[in-house]
Amino acid sequence: MKILKIFIIIFLFIGFPQSKSDEKNNELKSKILKNIRCLICQGQSVYDSESDFASSIKLIVDKKINKDVSEEQIYEFLKEKYGDWIIYEPELNKKTYILWLLPLLLFLFGGAIIYKTIFKKKNE
Amino acid sequence: MKNNFILFTIIMSISFCFIVFYKGLNNSNTYIPSISDTKNIPIFEAKDFNSNAYLNSEKIFEEDIFYIVNIWASWCVPCRTEHPLLMRLSKNQSIKLIGLNYRDNLNNAKDFINEFGNPYSQIIIDNDGTLSVEFGAYGVPETFLIDKNKNIIRKFVGPINQEIADKIKLIIK
Repeated sequence: MKILKIFIIIFLFIGFPQSKSDEKNNELKSKILKNIRCLICQGQSVYDSESDFASSIKLIVDKKINKDVSEEQIYEFLKEKYGDWIIYEPELNKKTYILWLLPLLLFLFGGAIIYKTIFKKKNE
Repeated sequence: MKNNFILFTIIMSISFCFIVFYKGLNNSNTYIPSISDTKNIPIFEAKDFNSNAYLNSEKIFEEDIFYIVNIWASWCVPCRTEHPLLMRLSKNQSIKLIGLNYRDNLNNAKDFINEFGNPYSQIIIDNDGTLSVEFGAYGVPETFLIDKNKNIIRKFVGPINQEIADKIKLIIK
């Protein structure tokens, strides 16, 4: 009985942190895979796809996470192979600044028109 | 005057949208980024198709010549259509063809080679598709042209045709 208790304690000490790190890795894996576009599918992320391409990417991401490669490095690796398009969330750089700034500009422009209209009406 | 301007703006906007969407209809659904800057071949280790021995990329691409890496599989129908062109390309002395057998059954792959001929100087196995990802491939068939400096200079997604084969010949001349 005593031996059994010792075994349980050892198991908890060894097994628990491992399962916790596995859980963390799985969460990170899901997060990354949801942010990667399946390039041969229509409107699907690698996470949602069962295509050969997606399963290869899943394996690569899994291997890299197990080797303690960071999320950023995984994205960089994939971008180097397939270009920025593979990532759903584009970075702010000289190629994408219009994409990021246009909604803001349109919002300001629209706001200015609304403000001007209301201000003009009030004056009248 | 004001109404005419509004009408004109609406018509112009609708026309613009129509042109954009009409042009989009003719585009391919798959976006393939062009290779703007040349990339080095990946460093890898892979199983040899015939001997099952592990080979590294340095050994595979050791000669100072052009190489073609062709991703193929026995289950891939377009691979059959491009195979005669690969057979013709393999006769060219200034180029070596490396076959990358993608997610395939080894016996079926061997039957394929026996039936259609072997254009490859070396065939390596990619059982899980991860090696193809290292090359930046989407699937099968896909072909990469590698120059003497071991840079990937062209990528052809889908089966190669006569036009592509001519282009390759022109580059390696």
